Amino acid sequence: MIAAPGTTLWFARHEWRLAWRDWLAMMSGGRRKRLRRAVIAIAIFVLFMHFVAYWMVGPYADAAPDKATLVAITGSILLSWLLMISQAMESTTRAFYARSDLDLILASPVAAEKIFAVRIAAVAASMAMMALPLAAPFIDILIARGSWRWLGAYGLIAAMGATATALAVGLSVALFRVVGARRTRFVAQVVAAVIGAAFVIGLQIAAILSFGTISRVSLLQSRSLIADMPSPESLIWWPARAALGDGAALLSVLAVSLAMLAAVIAIVAPRFGEYAVTAAGVDASSVVEVRRTTAFQATSPSRALRSKEWTLLRRDPWLVSQTLMQMLYLIPPAVLLWRSFNGGNGAYQLLVPVLVMAAGQLAGGLAWLAISGEDSPDLVAAAPISGSFIVRAKIEAVLGIIAVIFTPLVAVLAIASPWHALVTTAGIAIAATAATSIQLWFRSQAKRSQFRRRQVSSRLATFAEAFSSIGWAATAAVAAASLSLAIAPAVLALLVVAGTWLMSPRPQRA
Amino acid sequence: MHDLTPPFALEIRDLVKRFDRPAVDGLNLSVRSGEFYALLGPNGAGKTTTLRMIAGLLRPDAGSIRVAGIDALADPIAAKRLMAWISDEPMIYDKLTPREYLEFVAGLWSLAPAFAEPRAQELLSWLDLAPHAQERCEGFSKGMRQKVALAGALIHEPTLIILDEPLTGLDAGSARQVKSVLRERVRAGGTVIMTTHILEVAERMADRIGVIARGRLIAEGTLDELRLKAGTDEAPCAEASGEQASLEDTFLALLAQPAEAA
Repeated sequence: MIAAPGTTLWFARHEWRLAWRDWLAMMSGGRRKRLRRAVIAIAIFVLFMHFVAYWMVGPYADAAPDKATLVAITGSILLSWLLMISQAMESTTRAFYARSDLDLILASPVAAEKIFAVRIAAVAASMAMMALPLAAPFIDILIARGSWRWLGAYGLIAAMGATATALAVGLSVALFRVVGARRTRFVAQVVAAVIGAAFVIGLQIAAILSFGTISRVSLLQSRSLIADMPSPESLIWWPARAALGDGAALLSVLAVSLAMLAAVIAIVAPRFGEYAVTAAGVDASSVVEVRRTTAFQATSPSRALRSKEWTLLRRDPWLVSQTLMQMLYLIPPAVLLWRSFNGGNGAYQLLVPVLVMAAGQLAGGLAWLAISGEDSPDLVAAAPISGSFIVRAKIEAVLGIIAVIFTPLVAVLAIASPWHALVTTAGIAIAATAATSIQLWFRSQAKRSQFRRRQVSSRLATFAEAFSSIGWAATAAVAAASLSLAIAPAVLALLVVAGTWLMSPRPQRA
Repeated sequence: MHDLTPPFALEIRDLVKRFDRPAVDGLNLSVRSGEFYALLGPNGAGKTTTLRMIAGLLRPDAGSIRVAGIDALADPIAAKRLMAWISDEPMIYDKLTPREYLEFVAGLWSLAPAFAEPRAQELLSWLDLAPHAQERCEGFSKGMRQKVALAGALIHEPTLIILDEPLTGLDAGSARQVKSVLRERVRAGGTVIMTTHILEVAERMADRIGVIARGRLIAEGTLDELRLKAGTDEAPCAEASGEQASLEDTFLALLAQPAEAA
């Protein structure tokens, strides 16, 4: 069936085609052979996830809807839902500020609200689709080992996508009206990061304060928490009941969610164009640096490069908020450190890998910005300094930021346990250097504004960076307890880094 | 007293660069010191690749490049100290102000603040950027961005300025300013090598013009010399009036000549 041009269905087909081609390009990089490999990799991943799910949730397939089960499922739902809201907020904000085809659409004589309605609905659909690769294996195993009632979980995911998008759009529009077009982009990113991390961090902090452990599972399974919760008949358990296959609960949750999304589309879509036009004006306006004009400083090329990197990062709130997510996860270890400061218990042991892991991940992001996200590559390359000099200055800029962020935490740790601080310092230095090196080996030219898509540009680099950080975190954790035992994980981490180097493209010398 | 200025600001010999096919194929080119040289050619002729190799942004597969007598492949840093590169798409930092951008460039070229700061002020005033010196570049028009890039290129007073389509997309006022700055630089003894698709600019500004096609220099000289070579002493449609052929007629005639004839 061919929809008439300008209708909502026609726009939906157009959006679907773009999204499909975008996905194909992302998976294949424009090469058919790579697409086949990507499909095989996804199939292996899905299979692997089914094994993981079998091991993790298999025994719970026959779980009865008692309070303990409802608490555990609701906790998981809340965690996923908040992440969905966070992601949907990012998508909505991006839709406000991305120019791409908006000029064409807004200049055409069709009713623009139709395409905005389609785009909001597409965000809801993509939120549900994004949850599927992780959730589906668990649901499938529960169906296979339990009963068909678990099919309701798929319906719940659709409902979660709809409500998360409705709330995210509502929140973004509210921010747009309250703080204005210029600040919304930044504030929305921060709010999205905070929402995404809030629940996990909240649970971890509660677990630390209650049980002295960073494990959130122990809190969700604690008898005192379960006892304090409302009875199983309460309305707050309906989403969990929907997942467990309660037909009435599922239909109600779905109906409320879709109604929420429809209401938001009806209210926001007609004004979306107006918001987009206002957002477009932000880039055209100028920001005056109010700082008093200072005289040129006598500086070396390396100092000029470092200082430029730090200034650009400091002035880009969007990039700051992108890295905020990683920093938020440092709050629980900081609380754990504070709690354990006088206790002298084994909590420091937990802190070491968390700090090392966070440093590795943060260094990877910053290294991408400094090395691949150079907005004026020709200027820097045409300067009378060698390529290795430029790279060294940029690495110094990255490691400088890591040092500034982690030194206070390590300093506090040093007062409590010098040995743990020493191991942490070494781990942070190695993990940050490894992540930076991986970004260096896989460097490619990109705009800083493409930071979000950096993980798409090279999946190998992304995975290598993550595995390297995990490897060094594990090494540091073991080293804190026994240096000799740390040799094995250190060798594994080294192998990851060395293997990544071997697989990295050889850059052409300029 | 001997004049120590080398006779050639740029000498290229047998330059080769291949991608999927030869982009530059045995190019020979010499540009005299103090000369304004325009490099013309159709799309894909190898102009930008040539300029990027001169600027040290791309390594040639074969051949040599000498900048003011310095072997740019053996000692790129010494050569880069004398050069400035500006591309058609000015890539500057959105979050820096023009003043901060110039301070950064001065740092890259290790310029002393006592020299760089007044020079930056002079350039900002010269290019009408002084009122915007404290504004971040993110809101600037293409013309303003190109002027910021030009100021950055000139701050270290390069002896050789390489420009790839510097006037593309500029309004008449900005284009005139850029042209006058370049002319001024040549008057002061600098050398400019520039690619352009605006033949009128080449016709008016260049001392000599090189025509490049399929990665080779197919013709070179003053406009009159090119007319002679192309056999277009008179404009095709103005033969009766004896009016001279424009550079456009000459350029198209040169490109139409068989490769071996050229």
